[in-house]
Amino acid sequence: MSGTFVGMPAFPKAAHEAVGNQTLRANLRHATHTIRAKRAAAVAEVSDWAELREAGKRIKDHTLRHLDRYLVQLEESVTAAGGVVHWAADADEANRIVADLVKETGESEVVKVKSMATQEIGLNEALEAEGIRAYETDLAELIVQLGKDRPSHILVPAIHRNRGEIRDIFAREMSEWGRPAPEGLTDTPAELADAARLHLREKFLRAKVGVSGANFMVAETGTLVVVESEGNGRMCLTLPETLISVVGIEKIVPTWRDLEVFLQTLPRSSTAERMNPYTSTWTGTTDGDGPRTFHLVLLDNGRTDTLADEVGRQALRCIRCSACLNVCPVYERAGGHAYGSVYPGPIGAILSPQLRGTGSEIDASLPYASSLCGACYEVCPVAIDIPEVLVHLRERVVQGGPVTREGNKVVLKPAKGHGAERAAMRAARWAFGRPGALRAGQRLASRTRRLHPRTLPGPGRAWSGTRDLPVVPAEPFRDWWQRTNGGTGDEGTAK
Amino acid sequence: MSSRERILGRVRRALADVPRDEPPYEEAVARDYLREHGARSAEETVALLAENLADYRALVHRCGADELPSLLARLLAERKAATVLVPPGLDEAWLTETEVARVADRVESGAHELDRVDSVVTACAVAVAETGTIVLDGGPDQGRRRITLVPDHHICVVRVPEQVVSSVPQALERLDPARPLTWISGPSATSDIELDRVEGVHGPRTLEVILVG
Repeated sequence: MSGTFVGMPAFPKAAHEAVGNQTLRANLRHATHTIRAKRAAAVAEVSDWAELREAGKRIKDHTLRHLDRYLVQLEESVTAAGGVVHWAADADEANRIVADLVKETGESEVVKVKSMATQEIGLNEALEAEGIRAYETDLAELIVQLGKDRPSHILVPAIHRNRGEIRDIFAREMSEWGRPAPEGLTDTPAELADAARLHLREKFLRAKVGVSGANFMVAETGTLVVVESEGNGRMCLTLPETLISVVGIEKIVPTWRDLEVFLQTLPRSSTAERMNPYTSTWTGTTDGDGPRTFHLVLLDNGRTDTLADEVGRQALRCIRCSACLNVCPVYERAGGHAYGSVYPGPIGAILSPQLRGTGSEIDASLPYASSLCGACYEVCPVAIDIPEVLVHLRERVVQGGPVTREGNKVVLKPAKGHGAERAAMRAARWAFGRPGALRAGQRLASRTRRLHPRTLPGPGRAWSGTRDLPVVPAEPFRDWWQRTNGGTGDEGTAK
Repeated sequence: MSSRERILGRVRRALADVPRDEPPYEEAVARDYLREHGARSAEETVALLAENLADYRALVHRCGADELPSLLARLLAERKAATVLVPPGLDEAWLTETEVARVADRVESGAHELDRVDSVVTACAVAVAETGTIVLDGGPDQGRRRITLVPDHHICVVRVPEQVVSSVPQALERLDPARPLTWISGPSATSDIELDRVEGVHGPRTLEVILVG
């Protein structure tokens, strides 16, 4: 399996292959069900969850609606605290900036904190091409990196792997990257965690350059926040001499006080903990403590295009907790790889097609990777109405229309392959506007019900290939209503 | 055009629909949530802190101020620590009863040097009862961030009840964002294997918290 998502097939094809993988389905079912129950308990502990959720939503919305002002304020405060701010319009520019900064230090390796932004831009591959080796230090990212695999979950990128598979990857691959796995390594999680501790420690201790993302950036103070569990984040943020943080521009909150909302909602939503083991905050550089040089790379890479969509921009409220993945019936069965992006699951289905556009087969299919059940919206700690955005994006795919790409307004053509759907909708509009024709059609359908095929012919086959056709009732509803006088049983008076 | 100007220009064009008279920040965010969950006496708040610390596998001890030196000596001895790292401003009286060799934290101490130290003893800036969290702010009795990270055994002393708050909002009020902060809730852990929590990865695998007062 390759380490990138380039050339992914459309979601239905990838998902079809994934659901046939029994191990994958068992692993995902086990993990998502474990975390679901725990999250519900952690959320139930706080009586004001609804109010925290509403405040989180409003803080993020307000920030996004004044993002230019807060970006400038953040730049000023980070600079005043001793940091250096860089701006990257796209992935290539961000990768170029980071590679040049690493080269300036004279180093050829970096240690990395788990970061969605650097996954999104393919930083590791870009650094590799420049002769710089990037070591992932989060346990799950390490499993993915050693296994030459792709991430399949926002919080736990190796969620598709069970303990036995992890043991095999460690035993086989660790020696290629540094300290080998201990002899006789078993598959108990504590032993696997210990193997990772030993393997990575030498890398932490000698590291001169750390690369991170951030969960939050505070405009008012210039403070960055990293929320983590293992301590690998603390290692990367404090031991190296140079720290480079690549952060999406939507990660801003206006004030220090705003953290009081998200530091309550994020841990409970993601790992179902009252508080995650470690949270680090830093403001520029501190004499004698931590890195001497701090660079902040502010990343656009499709975020401003997403911001231009009045319905879709709410996706930028996302704090990457992954609660929506854990409750999603589609994610649980299809797995993260089928989404063809570092952002899988419901949030990925609305984020990827907006960040990347709907030009590719996979991105055009993602808005359909949902049953619209709404469980994702229920659990979202910043109340992103994912079903609303999914429907909005489906409309854009089918009908086309104005969108913003790389800052320019363009008009999308309707996607191919939706001709039958459009024809069916046109026919429905015609019939529903003509009660006589509708009645005649319904009666005809009822009388011929025994002759109906189980699947649709021609272009309709794509629809009925994964669905049962509804059985037509023996009597149309409107006839029944008239005959029974609206269900009162008073037969015979009408008609 | 620089990327800075390009991105800011894109943001401004993307927000063309936002009315000029939008409510300001102070009015835009409803803060109907609680400042703390439930009403507790100072003693009950300390008890909740102890309970939540223990729930996330920190080892919790309580003692009076006069008993602290002997308790620290006992904990270091039980751990069989040969060396203990001491931040520059730690109360000298705390370690008067232990024989364990003290290692001062010096700016020039490399990470490898810290890795050879068995234990570290620090104070803290504030502790949060509802979440079972201790927060270090790099003050003289807590030292640089790295000294509570590399050694495998961390003993943190919390003065109760004065250093304990109930909630996250109350903790943020007490903290200075200009200082580098480390929020610690239990020992290092991971949920990366089958989304189940396992203690002990890169940070100290043993966290002991002494509630003094």
